[in-house]
Amino acid sequence: MAKMNMIQSLNSALDVMMERDPDVVSFGEDAGYFGGVFRVTANLQKKYGLDRSFDAPINEAAIVAMAIGMAAKGLKPVAEIQFADYIFPGLDQIVSELSRIRYRTAGQFTVPAVIRTPCGGGIRGGQTHSMSPEAFFTHIPGVQVVMPSNPYDAKGLLIAAIESPDPVIFFEPKRLYNGPFEGHSGGALASWGNHPKGEVPEGHYSLPIGKAEVVREGKDVTIVAYGTLVLVAQAAAERAGIDAEVIDLKTLAPYDIETIARSVKKTGRCIVSQEAPRTSGFAAELAAQIQEECFYALEAPIQRVTGWDTPYPHAHEWSYFPGPERFINAMNAVLEA
Amino acid sequence: MAAKRNTKSSAAKDAGKGAGKDELLKYYRDMLMMRRFEEKAGQLYGMGLIAGFCHLYIGQEAVVTGIQAALDEGDQVITGYRDHAHMLACGMDPNGVMAELTGREGGYSRGKGGSMHMFSREKQFYGGHGIVGAQVSLGTGLAFADAYKENKKVAVTYFGDGAANQGQVYESFNMAKLWDLPVIYVIENNQYAMGTAVKRASSETHLHKRGASFGIPGEEVDGMDVEAVKRAAEKAVKHAREGKGPYILEMKTYRYRGHSMSDPAKYRTREEVDDIRSHHDPIDLIKKRLIEGKHASEEELKEIDKEVKKIVADAAQFAKDSPEPDPSELYTDVLVEA
Ligand SMILES: Cc1ncc(C[n+]2csc(CCOP(=O)(O)OP(=O)(O)O)c2C)c(N)n1
Ligand SMILES: [Mg+2]
Repeated sequence: MAKMNMIQSLNSALDVMMERDPDVVSFGEDAGYFGGVFRVTANLQKKYGLDRSFDAPINEAAIVAMAIGMAAKGLKPVAEIQFADYIFPGLDQIVSELSRIRYRTAGQFTVPAVIRTPCGGGIRGGQTHSMSPEAFFTHIPGVQVVMPSNPYDAKGLLIAAIESPDPVIFFEPKRLYNGPFEGHSGGALASWGNHPKGEVPEGHYSLPIGKAEVVREGKDVTIVAYGTLVLVAQAAAERAGIDAEVIDLKTLAPYDIETIARSVKKTGRCIVSQEAPRTSGFAAELAAQIQEECFYALEAPIQRVTGWDTPYPHAHEWSYFPGPERFINAMNAVLEA
Repeated sequence: MAAKRNTKSSAAKDAGKGAGKDELLKYYRDMLMMRRFEEKAGQLYGMGLIAGFCHLYIGQEAVVTGIQAALDEGDQVITGYRDHAHMLACGMDPNGVMAELTGREGGYSRGKGGSMHMFSREKQFYGGHGIVGAQVSLGTGLAFADAYKENKKVAVTYFGDGAANQGQVYESFNMAKLWDLPVIYVIENNQYAMGTAVKRASSETHLHKRGASFGIPGEEVDGMDVEAVKRAAEKAVKHAREGKGPYILEMKTYRYRGHSMSDPAKYRTREEVDDIRSHHDPIDLIKKRLIEGKHASEEELKEIDKEVKKIVADAAQFAKDSPEPDPSELYTDVLVEA
């Protein structure tokens, strides 16, 4: 075991997989020589050479498309899109090609590609460096969507993603790269060093895609979260002294409805959350599915904690970001109903 | 610079010769203003008054200054996220630019845009764009509107060496030439896209040749020499204004600072930066021409620096004093208000 932040644990996952499997290659804008703007691919070029860790031009459409071609021929490309906000030029290739190759070829060809991309706010990035676009991708049959919330899960899930025979869009909540974040704007930066999920095995291990985890047990209300909001929700429950059960979803497509339903049937109350704008977000999908599965166990309407239906603002980031207050208000609302 | 719009009048007077005294002094003042503005922005960032992303233009001042000198009122300008100097060149108010950097109500986008997203309808400045390459196609659309309205205006579209690889750039080149749109593509080749040197990402590193297969003329220009930039820009603008279609100018330039404020700069050497700074600085070059041509004394130039510093200090004060926008501002301007 070693203490790692999320950057180091993701780097370790790539290192472990490149060591084990010569078909794994890593590339992206500034991802080779420079080691990535967030350093996730640091030292890979030195260790594995230019053929296996390289820079791409600023060409998101072709980066995604190249990865598809490479993977169809048997490589295991891990392509980095520098910020999730820039993934859209590649969206056509993800929708029309990446997701459908297996189906369209009746299983003759598969695309074991991983698209890694940092997402989310809390870094004053404004409208082009803060997005959480995961819902777009959960609406595409044929791709898996993963978003870890800590260094341990990040490594285990990235290894699973690389080993998966099918494509994975792997979102990395960048606000969590260097330390846990509880949703308060000011204050000192926390460190993964003192967090149990900052303890990471150095070698190979993987976590199952599609499996959620109850990260805080409770009996009064269930909060479903993923990425940064897992930590925000836990902190909010702690602060409000509410006996909330917090579920870290980890995989959004396919998502683990069993774990959610078990919890909601126990608590009878539920909050679903996301950083992204409210309308047509992933939380809406969760709410719909939960009421199908748990309608007769629900004692209050499901509440959503989300961003607002605006572009991500530069000023007033903390009025936009769904912080602990919004979780506490939602908990009070479902508990009083 | 803030108040006056640049025109071609002094250029016409000096055509054929080197630039005259007034023109050189104006270049000097404008470039110094950009540099002092960026230095101040860097300081405010260090003090925590500016947050998030902030890309400084220091080293590249001759490019926008020379291009702007060849434009007429009503011509449009659009660029990427390294945009502060472009706005000053267009005559936008330093106070409004600095206050947008600090995310305040007095900013050009009332705090909603930040460093990368500012606009001025009055000055025909179309932003400020965070998505690399987006402005190239948008600028081509502006030029389409000019051609459609037959208004004899041109659109100047600035982008970097890294942006020059985006697919939409080539889709735009094709349409611009197909319809002979009045657009000037200014590639600011500062030799790096973030941490990636041009040769690591581009098969053809002479970027002015990128229009060849579309039939778009292109030229490489010393982007550290404002007079050379101005001469090349006049030619390109004339070409576009006469309806002959797009023109590519590749400006060889250099950025002294990191890509943004959080750049560890491990991809180039200290010596490389120092060499350009001490031997090819665009402001030093004009200063030398002013002094050697006996157009100005050291004292006069110091006086200009003082004036400029005062304007920039006032802008910083304004950007600190301007209140945060009202939280309700967060929800306005998503769609037209009912
Ligand atoms: C579509 C898109 N991809 C990637 C980025 C991230 N990014 C921002 S600036 C930049 C480098 C651009 O370099 P260049 O065009 O040379 O301009 P310079 O920064 O040198 O002025 C990159 C990769 C982005 N903002 N948008
Ligand atoms: Mg560049």
